[in-house]
Amino acid sequence: MSDIYLDNNATTMVAPEVFEEMKPFFCEQFGNPSSLHSFGNKVGFALKKARQQVQALLGAEHDSEIIFTSCGTESDSTAILSALKAQPERKEIITTVVEHPAVLTLCEYLETEGYTVHKLEVDTKGRLDLDKYRALLSDKVAVVSVMWANNESGTLFPVEEMATMAAEAGVMFHTDAVQAVGKIPINLAESNIHMLSLSGHKLHAPKGVGVLYLKRGTRFRPLLRGGHQERGRRAGTENAPAIIGLGKACEMAQAHLEFENTQVKAMRDRLEAGLLAAIPNCFVTGDPDNRLPNTASIAFEYIEGEAILLLMNKVGIAASSGSACTSGSLEPSHVMRAMGIPYTAAHGTVRFSFSRYNTMEEVERVIEEVPGIVAKLRKLSPYWGDNGPVENPDEAFAPVYA
Amino acid sequence: MWDYSEKVKEHFYNPKNAGAVEGANGVGDVGSISCGDALRLTLKVNPETEIIEDAGFQTFGCGSAIASSSALTEIIKGMTLDQALQVSNQDIADFLDGLPPEKMHCSVMGREALQAAVANYRGEEWVDDHEEGALVCKCFAIDEVMIEETIRANQLRTVEEVTNYTKAGGGCSSCHEGIENILTRVLAESGETFVPGGVAIAAAKKPAAKKEAAAGGAKMGTLARIRKIEAVLDSIRPALQADNGDVELIDVEGNTIYVHLTGACTGCQMAAMTLGGIQQRMIEELGEFVKVVPAAKETLVSMGA
Ligand SMILES: Cc1ncc(COP(=O)(O)O)c(C=O)c1O
Repeated sequence: MSDIYLDNNATTMVAPEVFEEMKPFFCEQFGNPSSLHSFGNKVGFALKKARQQVQALLGAEHDSEIIFTSCGTESDSTAILSALKAQPERKEIITTVVEHPAVLTLCEYLETEGYTVHKLEVDTKGRLDLDKYRALLSDKVAVVSVMWANNESGTLFPVEEMATMAAEAGVMFHTDAVQAVGKIPINLAESNIHMLSLSGHKLHAPKGVGVLYLKRGTRFRPLLRGGHQERGRRAGTENAPAIIGLGKACEMAQAHLEFENTQVKAMRDRLEAGLLAAIPNCFVTGDPDNRLPNTASIAFEYIEGEAILLLMNKVGIAASSGSACTSGSLEPSHVMRAMGIPYTAAHGTVRFSFSRYNTMEEVERVIEEVPGIVAKLRKLSPYWGDNGPVENPDEAFAPVYA
Repeated sequence: MWDYSEKVKEHFYNPKNAGAVEGANGVGDVGSISCGDALRLTLKVNPETEIIEDAGFQTFGCGSAIASSSALTEIIKGMTLDQALQVSNQDIADFLDGLPPEKMHCSVMGREALQAAVANYRGEEWVDDHEEGALVCKCFAIDEVMIEETIRANQLRTVEEVTNYTKAGGGCSSCHEGIENILTRVLAESGETFVPGGVAIAAAKKPAAKKEAAAGGAKMGTLARIRKIEAVLDSIRPALQADNGDVELIDVEGNTIYVHLTGACTGCQMAAMTLGGIQQRMIEELGEFVKVVPAAKETLVSMGA
């Protein structure tokens, strides 16, 4: 039996068709797209095609709005730093407490540089309060950066509405859509989103390639200055094979968008229903009515996530967790804590994230394996009795901090 | 994924002594739920002989927390209480063929559970004075709280001093920005500002031939120097042994002296103080600048598929 990969929000397999598309651009068509000769020229045309494939998936108005970068993180940094550089009189940033570190860590650093960062909080289902958001919008704000879909819970934020609110207040809007692109329909031409980040390796393109969408007319300052690549907006010789692969991956994602929202969603829903029925004391985190079709985030109470992952790994199931141990930090996931999930559950959250390469047979196998794993670990847990949590778990076991 | 040894995997997949011991007369609950690791140790002690007849654990935690708990119970079963209290967290880590630096605290938790359970058996109260912060230096497993406390206790001013006292930043140097930030914060408490002293770049490499010549022409002969180093360690040893610790010379390379500390926990304040103290003595006795560095074990096996 082959292993089951349910960690597609972490990264995805390169689609075989994408790989095929990339292959000629290593040893045969290796030219520099800036060169005049035929070696370079062919690559230049291939990049143009890739740009149009990305444009189509995003529903962007112009292909020149697509800037290729080296990853999602670079796109996020470029967007936020550009907004600050282009509007030096504006010293505030609005973001949320549940962003990916690509945005949060940068914002924390910018705070030390004298910027004011407003982090919007979320409720127990991971939702934002738009009235609070509206109250923060002002001509002091350089940029709003709010993720489209959360990488841990899959919860979607109403970024199109928020972008309109920002536009009405004359504020630039950026969204980290790394988890959303290819999973939900996106139409940027119709939106007020000024900047959007995506990352190739989340949609079956290779790692190390990303895109910053920049709406025409948005003031911009590059992160990397140098050659004239990407019309001077991102210097550095293009990673041609990866960009060409990303183009193909975008074309395929667009063709599978309906599949993603029907078949992939059905697998996710089956997994969730199966696990919730078979395992006591577990629950779905985030907003089940408003989330990505491929993500299930389940908190298993009274046990710890890394231990769950290790036992799942032993039976060939790959997923990820928001526990402190898996992230190498002292606190469990900031996303789970922001939603007010108690420590005894936050450490036991497991994220199962699907792709179109998963199958219903795999889902059934996971539903068979996981209940035994949870039961085994609960047997070891000081919070668990013979057939359920001990009474008053917080009092029955209240360790001295060590 | 972490690099866990085969031994860690064995004790995680098939833990020994899981569950509470029937008729236990010593219980220790330690750990922190916010950090995601907590452990209850139950002991059945023979009141006549003070021998631990049975030990059991219940753990909320990751793979290495469970493995450390299992290892602890295996080590102490059959020991007298006094013998058991000699068990250090390093002994637990060694029993498991080593733990990744991020996971050393799991073994510390095991030792503390033991102290708490023995105190409970003896009707004493056990107070924990150990506080843990976010891991800063991954090479030597030094956390934030320890760096902060060492800065305060010794009025440290520079990254280099922090390295000399705690070892943090003495390896790959990736954490120097983090250490600078801690210095900035701690110095601000007393109204001081952190001035990034020292050099912003590594010293230029000298051609190898020159270096050898320099080493050959050191003030003291190599043998005499090592004898001197051993003598310093011998003079410190009784103090360490009084605290259930010991120190062993592993190697001398240029001005770096590698030692293996046992008994004392590698991640705690004591170890850094000990190393800092040894280094200070070495510098005084040898009349040259030397670094005293703990020798790390490299017996880790990848977790694999
Ligand atoms: C929401 C989100 N933003 C940004 C990133 C970073 O993307 P990359 O790994 O391409 O830098 C990720 C992926 O880990 C992500 O999930």
